[in-house]
Amino acid sequence: MLTAEERREIEIKLADYPNKQAMSIESMLIVQRHRGWVSDESLGDLSELLGLSVADLDGVATFYNLIRRRPVGRHVAMVCDSVSCWIMGGERIRDRLCSRLDTTLGETTADGRFTLLPIVCLGACDHAPAMMIDGKLYEDLDEQRLDEVVARYK
Amino acid sequence: MEKPLTGNFRADGEAVSLSEYERSGGYQGLRKALLLTPAEVTELVKKSNLRGRGGAGFATGMKWSFVPMGKDAPHPKYLVANADEMEPGTFKDRALMERDPHQLIEGMIVAAYAIEADIGYIFLRGEYERSYECLARALAEAQASNYLGHNILGSGYRFEIHLHNSAGRYICGEETALLNALEGKRAHPRTKPPFPQVSGLWGKPTIVQNVETLCNVHHIVRQGVDWFRGLSKTADGGTKLYGVSGKVKRPGLWELPMGTPMREILEDHAGGMRDGLRFRGVLPGGASTDFLVEDHLDTPMDYDSVQKAGSRLGTGTMVVLDDQTCPVGMVWNLEHFFAQESCGWCTPCWSGLAWTEKILWAMEQGTGSTRDLETLKFQTKFLAPGNTFCAFAPGAVEPLQSALKYFAEDFRRHVDEHRCPWRR
Repeated sequence: MLTAEERREIEIKLADYPNKQAMSIESMLIVQRHRGWVSDESLGDLSELLGLSVADLDGVATFYNLIRRRPVGRHVAMVCDSVSCWIMGGERIRDRLCSRLDTTLGETTADGRFTLLPIVCLGACDHAPAMMIDGKLYEDLDEQRLDEVVARYK
Repeated sequence: MEKPLTGNFRADGEAVSLSEYERSGGYQGLRKALLLTPAEVTELVKKSNLRGRGGAGFATGMKWSFVPMGKDAPHPKYLVANADEMEPGTFKDRALMERDPHQLIEGMIVAAYAIEADIGYIFLRGEYERSYECLARALAEAQASNYLGHNILGSGYRFEIHLHNSAGRYICGEETALLNALEGKRAHPRTKPPFPQVSGLWGKPTIVQNVETLCNVHHIVRQGVDWFRGLSKTADGGTKLYGVSGKVKRPGLWELPMGTPMREILEDHAGGMRDGLRFRGVLPGGASTDFLVEDHLDTPMDYDSVQKAGSRLGTGTMVVLDDQTCPVGMVWNLEHFFAQESCGWCTPCWSGLAWTEKILWAMEQGTGSTRDLETLKFQTKFLAPGNTFCAFAPGAVEPLQSALKYFAEDFRRHVDEHRCPWRR
C-alpha cells in the first residue's frame, strides 16, 4: 500500500504533466525516496494509481539505473567510474571502499549499512576522484579522506 | 574581460539569490524582451551567432526559426532545458545551476517567449540533487515575483517551468530520447524527421536547449548583438565555459572568450602538467570527441577550428592524458561507459560497443591479438554515422579511432608484450 504521504507527493507532481504516463518515472522515484527501492508490491500500487500496466512500469524501471528494483542498505554509496576519475585513481578508491566494507559493487554489506554502486561521471571532474553517498557529493578523495567520509555513516 | 555567465558567482560557492541577481541586472533582459516581438528576439539570437553549447553546436536562432508561429500554430508549445549533463569529463552546467540558477530561468523565459512556448521543463540529472534544490528555490522566487506565471510582468505572456527529475542513462541527453523520457517512457531515440521543433513533446512543437546555451539568451537581448559577438575571438558569439580535468596542476572551470587557444587554457589557466608528467593528448570536449595531440595545442577552442583539427568542441571540457596513464586503458574506460550506456535500440550500437569494450579489456589483460587491432579498426567504420539509429555510437568510437591513430605504438605494445605496460 502506498502511504498517504507518497500519494500526496505523487498527486502534487501530477499537475506538472498532461497525463499520468509522464509520472511513471517520478512516481517510482518518490516511492524509492521513502523506501529505498521499488518492490513488486509498490509497482502494483503505482499501476493502479496511474492506470498503467505493471509490465509498462517495470519496462521503465529497468531502463533507468537510478530506479532500484532490489532493496538497498541504510546508505547508498555511488562511486564514479568515468574517465576523469579513472585517470585520477578512481579504481584505487573503489577497491579501498570495497575492501573496507567487505563487499563488492552492486552488493550490500552483511550488516545492511551500505550498498555500493558504480555511477557514471558526477560532473566533479576537476575534483576527481569523486563519489556520492545518499545524494551528497564527496570530492578530491584519497584513501584517508575516504575512510573519514565512510565513518560518518553509521 | 567580461564574464556574463560566471561573473555573478559568489566566492563562497552558494547560489545567487533573487535580490542579488536583480541587483546585478538580473531579469532586465526579460523586461527588454517583453517589449519586443517574439520574431525580433529570435532575430537577435540569430544575429548573435549563438551556437548550441551541448555538443553539436547547432545555430540556436536557426533552430528556433523552425518552430511554427502565429495563431494557427499548435499549442501547447514546449521549451526544454537539457540539464542532463552526463558527458564524462563535463562539469559546466552543474556549476551554472548551483551557483546562478536565476540565470538559467531568465534565459528560459526569454527563449520561451521567442517561440511562444507555454510550458517549460528543466530535464535534470537525478544525481544533481544540489542543483535541484537551488533551482526549486529559484523557481519559487521567480514565481512569487511574477517573472513566471499567468501574466509575466503585466505583459500578458504566460509561461510556467517544471523541474523534472531524470533517473539516469546517458542516452537521455539525445534530444528525442529525452522527450521519450519526459513522457515517462524508455528513453530510446525517435526517428527524425519529424524534428522536435515541429513535433516534439506529446507531438507538439518543442525546443530542447542545453543549459549553457540558454544562460546566454537574455544577455544577448539586454546587451546587444554587437556586444555579444565582441566577447568572442571568432565569428561564433559569446564566451565559453572551458574545463580541464586530468593530471594538470590546477584542474578547473573558466569562462573565456569563445576561440581561446587550447594551449592558453591548459598552460595559463590549468597550470600545465603536474611535475614529472608529460602531455600526450586531450579529449577536447568530453568522452565522445576525438583525441588531439601536441601538434594541435595551438588550436583555437571553437567549433570550426577544433573540427578542422580532426575533433569536436563538444562540451568544451577537456580531459588530459599524461604519459604515465595508459592510453589503451583510458579508451577501455571510455568504451566501457558507452557499451553500458547504449540504449539497446539498434544492434550495431549495443552489440558493436560491447564487442569493442571486450577487446580493449582483453588488451589490458594481455590477451589481445593483432587480429583484435583489425577488429577495433573495423568497429570504428562499422559504427560510423549512417550505420546506427542515432549519433550515440558514432560519438562513442571517436576517441577510439583517434587513439588507434595517435597511440598505435601503445596498442601494439599491449599485443606484443602480452600485458599492459602501465600496470605493474
